[in-house]
Amino acid sequence: MNYDVAVIGAGVIGSLIARELSRYDVSVALVEKCNDMAMATSKANSAIVHAGFDAKPGSMKAKMNVEGTALMPALCKDLSVPFKPVGSLVVAFSDEEMVTLHELLERGKGNGVPGLEIYDVEKLREEEPFISEEAKGALWAPSAGIVCPYELTIAAVENAVVNGTEFIRNFEVNKIDFADGIFTLSNGESEINAKYVVNAAGVFCDEIAALIGDDSICTMPRKGEYMLCDKSIGHLANHTIFQCPSKMGKGILVTPTVDGNLLIGPSALDIEDKTDVTTTAGTLADVLTAAKRSVPCLTTREVITSFAGLRAHCTRDDFIIEPSEKNAQFINVAGIESPGLSSAPAIGLYVKDMLIKELGAAEKADFKSEREEPVRFRHMSNEERKAIIAKNPAYGRIICRCETITEGEILDAIHAPAGARDVDGVKRRTRAGMGRCQGGFCGSKVVELLARELGVEINEITKCGGNSKILYDRTK
Amino acid sequence: MQKNIICVACPMGCGVTVELDDNGTIVSVTGNTCKRGDAYARTEITNPVRSLATTVKVEGGVFNVVPCKSSGALPKDKVFDCMEVINSVCAKAPVKLGDVLVSDILGTGIDIVATNHCPIK
Amino acid sequence: MLNYDIVVIGGGPAGMAAALKAKECGVDSILILERAETLGGILEQCIHTGFGLHYFGEELSGPEYADRFISLVDEQKIEYKTDTMALEITENNVVYAVNKTDGLLEIQSKAVILAMGCRERPRGALNIAGSRASGVMSAGTAQKYVNIDGYMPGKKVVILGSGDIGLIMARRMTLEGAEVKVVCELMPYSSGLTRNIVQCLDDFNIPLRLSCTVIGIHGKDRVEGVTIANVDENRRPIPGTEEYIECDTLLLSVGLIPENELTRAVGIELDPVTSGAVVDENRETSHNGVFACGNVLHVHDLVDYVTLESQTAGEGAARYVLGGNNEPEYITTKGVNGVRYIVPQKVNIKNDGDVKLYFRVGQVYKNAKTVVKYNGEEIISKKRPRLAPGEMESVIIKNDMLKGFAEGGIIEISVEE
Repeated sequence: MNYDVAVIGAGVIGSLIARELSRYDVSVALVEKCNDMAMATSKANSAIVHAGFDAKPGSMKAKMNVEGTALMPALCKDLSVPFKPVGSLVVAFSDEEMVTLHELLERGKGNGVPGLEIYDVEKLREEEPFISEEAKGALWAPSAGIVCPYELTIAAVENAVVNGTEFIRNFEVNKIDFADGIFTLSNGESEINAKYVVNAAGVFCDEIAALIGDDSICTMPRKGEYMLCDKSIGHLANHTIFQCPSKMGKGILVTPTVDGNLLIGPSALDIEDKTDVTTTAGTLADVLTAAKRSVPCLTTREVITSFAGLRAHCTRDDFIIEPSEKNAQFINVAGIESPGLSSAPAIGLYVKDMLIKELGAAEKADFKSEREEPVRFRHMSNEERKAIIAKNPAYGRIICRCETITEGEILDAIHAPAGARDVDGVKRRTRAGMGRCQGGFCGSKVVELLARELGVEINEITKCGGNSKILYDRTK
Repeated sequence: MQKNIICVACPMGCGVTVELDDNGTIVSVTGNTCKRGDAYARTEITNPVRSLATTVKVEGGVFNVVPCKSSGALPKDKVFDCMEVINSVCAKAPVKLGDVLVSDILGTGIDIVATNHCPIK
Repeated sequence: MLNYDIVVIGGGPAGMAAALKAKECGVDSILILERAETLGGILEQCIHTGFGLHYFGEELSGPEYADRFISLVDEQKIEYKTDTMALEITENNVVYAVNKTDGLLEIQSKAVILAMGCRERPRGALNIAGSRASGVMSAGTAQKYVNIDGYMPGKKVVILGSGDIGLIMARRMTLEGAEVKVVCELMPYSSGLTRNIVQCLDDFNIPLRLSCTVIGIHGKDRVEGVTIANVDENRRPIPGTEEYIECDTLLLSVGLIPENELTRAVGIELDPVTSGAVVDENRETSHNGVFACGNVLHVHDLVDYVTLESQTAGEGAARYVLGGNNEPEYITTKGVNGVRYIVPQKVNIKNDGDVKLYFRVGQVYKNAKTVVKYNGEEIISKKRPRLAPGEMESVIIKNDMLKGFAEGGIIEISVEE
């Protein structure tokens, strides 16, 4: 297959680049090695839209963050992705840290962050009644928010596909040739040809770049472990609560999620293995201890799951968004660690501009900028529920009890553009299995529906692609 | 020879020791706190039995399998042999609760009966 | 809007027994709402035998036990809707439910009986470190796959938790050809029945490791192994005791939690120990006309007791509907010294029958006594050769005794060694 552009990696960055490109008259392949999009960093991060006061003024991080954060609300509206402008607080626990807050305030002003303000302890407590007695004050950033990062990625891919992008799953690029101005990407079995390649492979950016002989990128996975708590303690934080940043990152945060849960984390540990997303008991305990410094009443009792994600930390310590020195038609988008999610909308536009200038393509007249809002039975009024079941009875069958997810929503997720192919894919699209029982009841029903709709035996269905099958053979 | 077993006649779970002579005849039963324990231990040593519950493959039913059980207790050492027999049969839907799926399994005089219904698909 | 005298939420053993009893007591307008495709609840997948010894004097399998009640529900022409999920109960006992054929149902009821059962505690609650590979599931989920769908969820299995479901699944997986490597139990004792330890583990030489837990799950796509370790008296893993066990499946049988989302949403008072509603001897909750029974109220050891309790609730609901209730005067019950909880949590002393109090102890006792005190004074004492957390205990307060109590009094049950 021949394309104008092949984007390698369907994380939030690659997906938004593809979506921006799909506005234009160019052919785009979004190439993903997993069974679904958002399978790495984009599904396991803090889900925070940062205001943008952390990054060094003048850096790509600072520029992309502030621009991206400004674009986020409208983008989320277009893509029907929940975004909540909850604002963030950086809490200081000592006079020394109060000084740091003022430094952050000044840096933020320099980066163009709107509305920054230092809160005294009274104002802080008013905003966050469960904050520690030790807190001295906080930096308030009203432009910060929270978003569901995988939902944003899924929505971006769906919208890109609707506008003509080809989403190619389970294609692990392990060879890239370049001849007559055309790249040939190969996974050892089949090939994809493209004039331009965007390397948005996250922690694997260095390996992808190396396939064209570009050794300039050095990614070091930095693992972060998180704990997700039940909605019943979602009220313990009204805003994203940070602690003062350190060399390793922005420290442990306590934040509400768009679904009303409470998220705490992440730890920060540089590791070797780019696929190691295991959690460790010791680290999770440390995360809790650190989080309790902000919100002392946290306990493990309400933890419903824990997970780890890898940040694509690069030795250059800034985002790398530029053509490779080895080949100007190969664009590296590497080192997109925090604030990568916040920056993603801006990075999408930035890379699109680079490519469209080169390709000289025109905007499509029929570009659909909006993604239809998925049915969310749990958020509907009884009248709306009656109407939707009358239209399609599948919305009358509840599959996931904890989150009130219907069969209709699961069928929609499977049949959506770039739809779900595995249990985790259904879970990320619909929340089926994300509640208190974590799929104990609905897991087997989701497997059944996937098998029925995809026309395979139930033991062919996987948790998340690859060898993650759930069932073996028939018992007899 | 000595054999130690745990009595399951009641929730007490007494540890019972059974003393056997060279011919395998029971010489003594100790450690039990009641008569039922003595009886349980003697049966468990001389002729241990277990009831078996599993499933049988169904053809043309709404389910792939239908649950079943042995109509009485089977010799303990024949349980896996019985599983093999049960796994080799295939019932045709509809299956009704109580239907005999394997009669006189392995000559034990015990039947394997369906313990639920499996209607036609 | 539909109208029924009694809406029963849940068509498992609790819901069916409650509905049947209410019918027997003279209420004709009853509707059972069941979320699964058939009546019977979780019994449908519990194909092992051992059910009904107390209630029927026979050893039945789960589906057989359920079938007896399903037949009676049909015989008594009690209405039910399957594949129907209750979404909400309002202040005025209007029940909202949904299914494919009726759409959104709005049902005005005089009384509601909650019989939603319980669910298994998931991995997240345990915070086991490691990967998120497939092959980790609750024992109950595995039971459904094996017994109803007829598929094997694994071949080399480690089971965490030695409650009865864990033990039963150890045997079940073994019979179907899997190798169960070990059953780990965090506590120094198993909460399962001795009979199950003997017949599900010992019979197949499956080791039971007490004071031992799973501390790590390994494997990228599918589970490849787990790390287990012994724990100290505070249930913390002891460094140096770690052991890697190769397996492709980890089954969790680490406790059951009553499913009280509906209950909580309507503002019914819950008991933090049982995670079920606070009820009186008729199993009426703090919300007028709403009753609860079975595993949604507190997790039972035997279905036979679920049936009995649900009959109590069904009778109570019928009396409520038919208007036979007097102005109650309550005493409260309280478990102390080894007794974790008592159900019911309050008793109307104007009740004209005997009242059975169910309770559970927090650890294993040998040759102890259970002592019932009223306002600090011993009224009943019973010698118990063995008490265990896995087994529900009960004591009957005779009506004449009840008549001697005064409103506001406290009944305490304790274990004395």
